[in-house]
Amino acid sequence: MRLSTVRYYFREAFQSVWRNSWLSIASMGVVAVSLLILGSSLLLVVNANRIAQGLESSVEISVFIKDETIPDHVRNIKSEIEARPEVAGVEYVPKEQALKEMMANLGNDRDILAGLEEKNPLPDAFRIKTYTVDQVTPLAAWLESIAMVDQVRYGQGVVEKLLAVSRWVRTAGAVAMALLGIAAVFLIATTIRLSVFARRKEIGIMKFLGATNWFVRFPFLLEGMILGLAGSFVAVMVIYFGYFSLISNINLSLPFMQLVTERNLIITLMEGLLVLGLAIGATGSMISMRRFLKA
Amino acid sequence: MIQFNNVTKIYANGIKALNDITLRIRKGEFVFLVGPSGAGKSTLTKLLYREETPTRGQIIFDGKSLARVRPREVPYLRRKIGMVFQDFRLLPQKTVFENVAFALEVTGASNREIKKVVPVVLNLVSLMEKAESFPNYLSGGEQQRVCIARAIVNNPVLIIADEPTGNLDPDTSWDLMNLLLDINRRGTTIIMATHAWDIVDAMKKRVVALERGKIIRDEIKGVYSHEA
Repeated sequence: MRLSTVRYYFREAFQSVWRNSWLSIASMGVVAVSLLILGSSLLLVVNANRIAQGLESSVEISVFIKDETIPDHVRNIKSEIEARPEVAGVEYVPKEQALKEMMANLGNDRDILAGLEEKNPLPDAFRIKTYTVDQVTPLAAWLESIAMVDQVRYGQGVVEKLLAVSRWVRTAGAVAMALLGIAAVFLIATTIRLSVFARRKEIGIMKFLGATNWFVRFPFLLEGMILGLAGSFVAVMVIYFGYFSLISNINLSLPFMQLVTERNLIITLMEGLLVLGLAIGATGSMISMRRFLKA
Repeated sequence: MIQFNNVTKIYANGIKALNDITLRIRKGEFVFLVGPSGAGKSTLTKLLYREETPTRGQIIFDGKSLARVRPREVPYLRRKIGMVFQDFRLLPQKTVFENVAFALEVTGASNREIKKVVPVVLNLVSLMEKAESFPNYLSGGEQQRVCIARAIVNNPVLIIADEPTGNLDPDTSWDLMNLLLDINRRGTTIIMATHAWDIVDAMKKRVVALERGKIIRDEIKGVYSHEA
């Protein structure tokens, strides 16, 4: 392909975008909105997964011991638990300590627990850590089978809920993105159809002058790709700057939130969005051209 | 160079535009196609540049059967044919130079080639001083000369002119005919469909007369009509 031909393609494509400026802006806007939704839900999913991972690694099993258990038995249980190969550590938390911790957690609202020191309703407990997350459930089952154990609790429920939320976000985001993506494809197809129509005379002339089909089509394909790329570029800019300003705000107010901040990961995501925008644009113009620029 | 062997063209709506046409045109000939509107002149030219395909029969152009030309080869076939129309079909937003250059551009010619060839052709049709004008500011005769310049810039072996003088006054028409004769003398075959009987009679070229899809007359040095 000659350089002058390439220049011709780009000149024609940009001219067309300019001539149908309102429709061009509309199709860019729809691409931008659909990719904005896709991008934000992707970021949400990535972050939900990250937080779920963080929670999983800090999962702890709490074993509450029946009140009537004598201290000797408690010691026996502790050494029995420590003997298990998957156990990383065992901490004995007597009820007095549990109450103190609870009051400390409540801070200024500690008054609601006032007077409980006399008749502490909390049980004695063990806090057990395993080496890996998947050891938690079987270990918990075994702990429940011990006679003196009243209750076994671990954070599995929370992790599962978080993963469920991220799954839901993923599904809803995918559906919204698919619908808007289809709308974007067809809006671009309409834009291209209009510019084909506006230039039908010129296309007729090109054909009898011996222009190949691709020579006629390429500027329109390029026009669609420009629209798609421009739309996705807007989405990427909004997401990129929006996300990093969100992160810096959250880090100030909610420092314990473990958000994804790796720039490389975010940039890869944004590159994906740009490619997707390009693909949406190309698909839209191909649909239009298959119908209107037959050989 | 051009051969129609028993060519029949029936359109989808059932109209029989050409009926068993057999015609042979040699390289370098100047042929007038005459006949009333709807006689099949346009269909005959459309078959040549493969805007249409024949229902029956065979067409050979430049040594190749058009039935064997695949769809993606059609553009290359058309580059061997220069087209001139009654309504000029110039691009109003392009200058005279750009309109002529466009025919080279669509074939992927380089800028250097375009800058070299277009002025030569514009000189040939005496329009060099109008190179930067837009078609709408030109007279009909000038516009038709741009059209001819565009048709010959690719060095075609054949020029098909469909009523090229239809929108021109008599004097301008004669200028145009002299230009076409000039091009013909350089070896380009010309097929011209026309209603301009005075031109046909004066030129004394081959005349092929069509009526209702049939060739009713084919004369060397012919005239438009033998009837009064």
